Amino acid sequence: MKVKYFAWVRERVGKAEETIEPPATVRTVEELIAWLSGLGEAYAYAFEKPKVIRAAIDHAHVKPDAAIAGAREIAFFPPMTGG
Amino acid sequence: MATPVTIRIQPDDFDVAREIAALSHGRTDIGAVVSFSGICRGDEDETKIAALTLEHYPGMAEEEIGRHVDEALSRWPLNGVTVIHRVGRIEPGQNIVLVVTASQHRQAAFQAAEFLMDYLKTSAPFWKKEESAAGNGWVEAHARDDQAAARWTKS
Repeated sequence: MKVKYFAWVRERVGKAEETIEPPATVRTVEELIAWLSGLGEAYAYAFEKPKVIRAAIDHAHVKPDAAIAGAREIAFFPPMTGG
Repeated sequence: MATPVTIRIQPDDFDVAREIAALSHGRTDIGAVVSFSGICRGDEDETKIAALTLEHYPGMAEEEIGRHVDEALSRWPLNGVTVIHRVGRIEPGQNIVLVVTASQHRQAAFQAAEFLMDYLKTSAPFWKKEESAAGNGWVEAHARDDQAAARWTKS
């Protein structure tokens, strides 16, 4: 699946998007965040406060317990500050 | 006739008068037009701001605004809606965002514009980075914006 990062999550991870293949045991958004955190220092830094991170699946906001099965694109970002 | 809806995300500035005219010109069914412009402030908590840089999530930003416009159309009798959000570097005094709502009567237009702005702040995927004397940093979300959006939640 494709993963996108925005704002300071993007800066900390060091890339705007990538394709990942998490193991089948990773079923929800919060499990994916925990898995990503283990990919290296940059990821651990980006996701150090997982409760702050917001997520969207296929362009729609989702909660941490949302299932990732079938997702084409998952995005992680800080709370929004537009307007 | 379907209600005319315009949603644009662009680096360029917009002309408020022209956008209002585009929505209301030649129509006799509209009795009220409300417009809200969000403008870049020159200081934040007594710190001088040099500029803001707006980042967005292309695709989702348009869709998320569209979902809230649809919600506004279902709640109020609107005759037209325009939402324009700029991205990229914006200096103090320049426009950031525009919401225009048109209706037969003012109450629906006022309420829908406020509803849309409250959700643009908390739910549309945009992020502001601030350039100031204190350095560059991402603007933090305000709890007061979440509270403003929460009052529209149907119980």
